[in-house]
Amino acid sequence: MQIIEESEVYDVIIVGSGAGGGMATKQLADAGFKVAVVEAGPYFDPADPKTMTQMKWPYESPRRGAGTDRAFGEWDMSYGDWEVDGEPYTVEPGTEFKWWRSRMLGGRTNHWGRISLRFGPKDFKGKTRDGLGDDWPIGYDDVKPYYDKVDKLIGVFGTNEGMENDPDGFFLPPPKPRLHELFYINGAKKSGIPVIPSRMSMLTKKINNDRGVCFYCGQCSRSCSVYADFSSGSCLIFPAQKSGGQVKLYVNSMVREVTTNDEGKATGVSYINKEDRKEYKLKGKVVVLAASACSSARILLNSKSKQHPNGLGNSSDLVGKYLHDSTGASAAGFIPGLMDRKTSYNEDGVGGMHVYSPWWGDNSKLDFPRGYHIEVWGGMGQPNYGFGFNTNDFNKFFGLKVGGYGDSLRDDVKKYYGSVVGFGGRGEGIARKDNFCEIDPTTLDEYGIPVLKFNYKWSDLEKKQAKHMQDTFEELIHNMGGHPLGEKPGKESDYGLLAPGQIIHEVGTTRMGNDPKTSVTNKFNQLHDADNVFIVDAGPFVSQADKNCTWTILALSWRASDYIIEQLKQQNI
Amino acid sequence: MDRRKSIQTIILGAGASALAFHGCKADGATSGETLVNVDEKYFGRTPAELERLEKLNAEELFNAREMETIGVLSTVILPPKEPHGGPLEANVPEFIEFMGKDIPELKPTLLGGLMWLDHKSNTEFGVEFKSATLEQQKQICDEICWHDPEVSLDEQPLEIQFFALMRNLTVCGYYTSKVGIADLGYKGNMPNVWDGVPQDVLDQHGVAYDPDWIAKCVDQSKRGVIAEWDEQGNLLT
Repeated sequence: MQIIEESEVYDVIIVGSGAGGGMATKQLADAGFKVAVVEAGPYFDPADPKTMTQMKWPYESPRRGAGTDRAFGEWDMSYGDWEVDGEPYTVEPGTEFKWWRSRMLGGRTNHWGRISLRFGPKDFKGKTRDGLGDDWPIGYDDVKPYYDKVDKLIGVFGTNEGMENDPDGFFLPPPKPRLHELFYINGAKKSGIPVIPSRMSMLTKKINNDRGVCFYCGQCSRSCSVYADFSSGSCLIFPAQKSGGQVKLYVNSMVREVTTNDEGKATGVSYINKEDRKEYKLKGKVVVLAASACSSARILLNSKSKQHPNGLGNSSDLVGKYLHDSTGASAAGFIPGLMDRKTSYNEDGVGGMHVYSPWWGDNSKLDFPRGYHIEVWGGMGQPNYGFGFNTNDFNKFFGLKVGGYGDSLRDDVKKYYGSVVGFGGRGEGIARKDNFCEIDPTTLDEYGIPVLKFNYKWSDLEKKQAKHMQDTFEELIHNMGGHPLGEKPGKESDYGLLAPGQIIHEVGTTRMGNDPKTSVTNKFNQLHDADNVFIVDAGPFVSQADKNCTWTILALSWRASDYIIEQLKQQNI
Repeated sequence: MDRRKSIQTIILGAGASALAFHGCKADGATSGETLVNVDEKYFGRTPAELERLEKLNAEELFNAREMETIGVLSTVILPPKEPHGGPLEANVPEFIEFMGKDIPELKPTLLGGLMWLDHKSNTEFGVEFKSATLEQQKQICDEICWHDPEVSLDEQPLEIQFFALMRNLTVCGYYTSKVGIADLGYKGNMPNVWDGVPQDVLDQHGVAYDPDWIAKCVDQSKRGVIAEWDEQGNLLT
């Protein structure tokens, strides 16, 4: 079988259409460049009634929303989850990693929680702060102008609180707290834990004439059909096309490798068309990888040539290293004060939380470094599969019998509806060289491309952080007059610390730095080893923060795009 | 009124005259709304997911007697109540059969439990469960409907596991149906404008909004006005 080569030469080939790829597409197409976007999944538009899950009722499906086909429930708008058909990955025995992939235009931005936090000044300087990990080659001041621009372009609600490490921005006004969130605010106050309005990228107010305003269905994980939440397709790629940009979309196209010439510069990419299962080549002056931290590392490691025998960009041997995800642990409580609720009103609100707690601790007095934020959930949500299970288990808190049948079950359902509050802690793990992904030469995906093998272990530092989360959650539940549900996880289960990858904030596999020996990209996301290759997903992150990574991906992708535009104009690359 | 119309009506509201389907410009200065375009023919499945659904639908897990038994048992568990009906109006038997196929781990408990039920009923009363009197059916259920919540269900006898599963699926199937959602009173999954918890609800639960907090929140009368900020990030509009 011959590799089919297209004659067209693109100015820029962008691999991946999530947050990083979408932003690069928007900036580079708006600047007049001819752009090819290569996406491994199908075309997807949140407004298409055929694929839409927003506003569906559970009874429209025979499984009533159960998560059999989609890990986060059948309404979740991600094609692909921890498993993708035909695209395996492996894990080194004794270690663990869970890898979420969304194969579709817009990638994971179609279903994410839209929690849109800026990194603060301290987050870019971890080593200076506590001697662990490394500092970024850039600081908050380098990124701030781009965070500001992202806020205004995409829209994020929140409030300016003047907190040093949770910087102010250009916020849309937040929605009012729900009932359970008022209980949370009061409970947190008793422990001196701060609570502020959440910062999420849904439009509580109009931002331009192309996007709708939030109508409070609480279903952002289903991707908004009126574009009132941020998804890369609806907010970046479609607008780039609409404003006359030269954007060619290659969907169902799985990139195998970056091709290079005798000078070691990139000449384009080769990809497998999933429909005809043939290999194709695209030519471009610049290649921008935005396939996600691990997928981009995989492409680089699979791009071996005479000039780059260890894989493209891998002269440092660091591609795939320093892989790290946010820490995560959770708990839930039954709150008697939230029983017997009136269902007289619609409290769906925005998808997810209206309030949250940014990190408040003083690490000098704690046995772990870095922090975590607390996400809170609860309320009278849409009943779906699982609703009404163990209807009256909470009877045990009142010395009543559990089980039975008959009319009383109806009363039990209503009595307890909306009375559970849950917490998620999302914290910063330390980036370590010995947590990594690499090519597993024994395994190919169904497109013939060698797959990734993961090798990841938490250290005691992350476990101690999870312990602190559990103690905090327990205290909060008691403060709210509630009963914790389930056993409190102890040392034997790492205090409920979720497996690496499960928070879906994996970063660090192509980290940036000034020294080509200790980093893969420079401070403009440009490979040290090939100056016309850029990485604009979370791979270049030197460290995570106790923040979600999307807003920083967007800001850095915009910053890198500005640099690419300048370099192309000056004919430097 | 069909649901699509009702969604249009709700989101359009009074005075918002320039709403449009996606792709057309809305009248930004006044409404800020875009129409939600729901098509009830679809529920968002991919071709591969649809194929799997068709395969499952073509399979038969329960025979006619078992389906009837499930109908009878689910009705004992959650008797119908006016005006929102019961498990049969909620298609609970069909839902339970589908789940038994969709999640094959449920299958042995469901099939085995149904056999146990008939065996028990035949032994005690000389009739299969579905033909027993309501009193007899209740007598059987009374023996298996309670369990110690401190002991994991997996460690309890099969018939207790079976009843707990049937109760879960019955209650879930009912409350995820159209009639069950009406019975529950859930008001969501409808376009609306969230403007906080009603005062009577705040009073009932003994909480109040902090005026300083509320002052920062969205003024819904201006949600259709395009956001503008000063250089410090203060919202001007």
